[in-house]
Amino acid sequence: MRNRLDSLQVVVTATILILAAAPAVAQGQAYKAPRTADGHPNLNGIWQAMNTANWDIRPHAASMGPVSALGAEFSTPGGLGVIDGDDLPYLPAAAAKQKDNYANRLKLDPEVKCYLPGVPRATYMPYPFQIVQSSKTIMFVYEYAGGVRTVDMEKVTKAPADSWMGWSVGKWDGDTLVVDVTSLNDQTWFDRAGNYHSDALHVVERYTPRSPDTLMYEATVDDPKTFSRPWKITMPLYRHVEKNAQLLEYKCPEFAEEVLYGPLRKKPNNN
Amino acid sequence: MNRRCVLVIVLAAVIVSLAPGPASAQALAAAKATGTWAPPRTAEGVPDLQGIWANATSIPLERPKELGAKEFYTDEEAAARQKKSDEQAEEAVGGRQTQPGTVADVHYDLAQYGLARFQSKAAASKRTSLIVGPDGQIPTLLPDAQKRQTERAAANRGHQWDGPENRGLSERCILWPNEGPPMMPVGYNGNLEIVQGEGYVAIMQEMIHDVRVIPTDGRPHVSPRIREWMGDSRGHWEGNTLVVDTTNFTDRTAFRGSSEKLRVTERFTRTADDTLTYQFTVEDPTTWAKSWSAEIPIAKTAGPIYEYACQEGNYGMANILSGARATERKAAEEAAAKKSSN
Repeated sequence: MRNRLDSLQVVVTATILILAAAPAVAQGQAYKAPRTADGHPNLNGIWQAMNTANWDIRPHAASMGPVSALGAEFSTPGGLGVIDGDDLPYLPAAAAKQKDNYANRLKLDPEVKCYLPGVPRATYMPYPFQIVQSSKTIMFVYEYAGGVRTVDMEKVTKAPADSWMGWSVGKWDGDTLVVDVTSLNDQTWFDRAGNYHSDALHVVERYTPRSPDTLMYEATVDDPKTFSRPWKITMPLYRHVEKNAQLLEYKCPEFAEEVLYGPLRKKPNNN
Repeated sequence: MNRRCVLVIVLAAVIVSLAPGPASAQALAAAKATGTWAPPRTAEGVPDLQGIWANATSIPLERPKELGAKEFYTDEEAAARQKKSDEQAEEAVGGRQTQPGTVADVHYDLAQYGLARFQSKAAASKRTSLIVGPDGQIPTLLPDAQKRQTERAAANRGHQWDGPENRGLSERCILWPNEGPPMMPVGYNGNLEIVQGEGYVAIMQEMIHDVRVIPTDGRPHVSPRIREWMGDSRGHWEGNTLVVDTTNFTDRTAFRGSSEKLRVTERFTRTADDTLTYQFTVEDPTTWAKSWSAEIPIAKTAGPIYEYACQEGNYGMANILSGARATERKAAEEAAAKKSSN
């Protein structure tokens, strides 16, 4: 009968409309990562940033590199920037020092000497890093220079002294791993462009699973001796999905010997 | 009640009293002695080796020749050996605690920093040497390996201070012997931390903060074209033991004179809550006629592990080289002065 067909049509249409609306509701919910056997979001894996933050965390165009002999092989690629805003909120004296750093970056960038990169630079060096996650400790193993951080997930402890990679204490905030990093020394830079900090640096990182093979990384940087306010870095981190992915050694002390000790050789190389 | 019933009840009572109840202290002790103590398991269900460990030991690598084939001390002899080692360590640092400036020519005043061997916890062992077996010695080098070593030493003679490449791997902050593999005991701070994630065992050494992330998923080694200072490690579980196979060493790693054909097999077994028994076998058919093995007891220790920023703090290399250049300049000036006065 006609009335019944009309009712059926209404019901069917309504159902289709409701079902069509459902995915929109699902999209509004955050991605929920699979769990480790002890019930925490599983961050185990080999990860790497895919951007030019290590060259310059601010928005920047391509430019010639500091070693002309390397030509286009080692010049700075452009980047949209990973900071919130167009520039870093340096205090006036600090802004001058950053410009000086940039002008002398070949001599001053700790990366040239194979020095540890500190936090957050370790995260976006152009090398992979691995997260080895157990319930009490999460270890971050960086391919670059054998860098490593162990994040204590059980108790809040204080660092015995300042260090290059700082002191990391972690906790879960829903699906996000929050790492509080203190006691960083003042020897590291944020990038190859001379952006730097003092030993008052305090970094809070957030690692949030975004999809099965990506994390969203946020680092809030607070350093009242260098900047007028805290600022943030944001970037995705991508999982290495190739079969049998693994970190290799990048034991770079050997590669920095000429730079560090060349002039002290008995017969200095002429280059 | 008839006699049969009583008999059944008595028999039942006897059987119940003989049945194993909750593990008694004696049973645990017996299990430890026979090495059947069961370690706790991680959430993934594999033996839990995690924590901070120290491999300080007073046991020498090679057996003192006079002991011949004696592989184990008695309890009394072992205690005496430990006491002697502590006393020697104490004497070397000028006593239990020195006042700054009161002990002449101390290389490191280890006792002041709590780094002296008698101040670190060592796991118990009655072995006469770390190397196991009746021999207790590293096998002699094969002729080719001996030749290789002699040539290397000869090439460096007279050039030891020319440049960083003429110094050892430790001074260059490239590789330290406590890292290996195999992991050898070191003078102080032989601390390591083990963290286990899904399908991996990560071993971090305090010095020089290198981490071996060992996959246990059965994957093959990397291509033979890839040679690494610490080799390429693959692990798998055999009962409660983690067995790690390492190949792909560089020819400059040269553990005890070995070549890039070096192969190291390690076995990690947690034999008590506070003890890791670490065994390794070293083989290189171009260096030794036979493989050799050692066992090092590793003790649980309180953390934390501090950052050992070797490269960043390597004032030693700059000082060694500039000191050599200063000595050469002085010798040249003296020679020139002598010449001009003749």
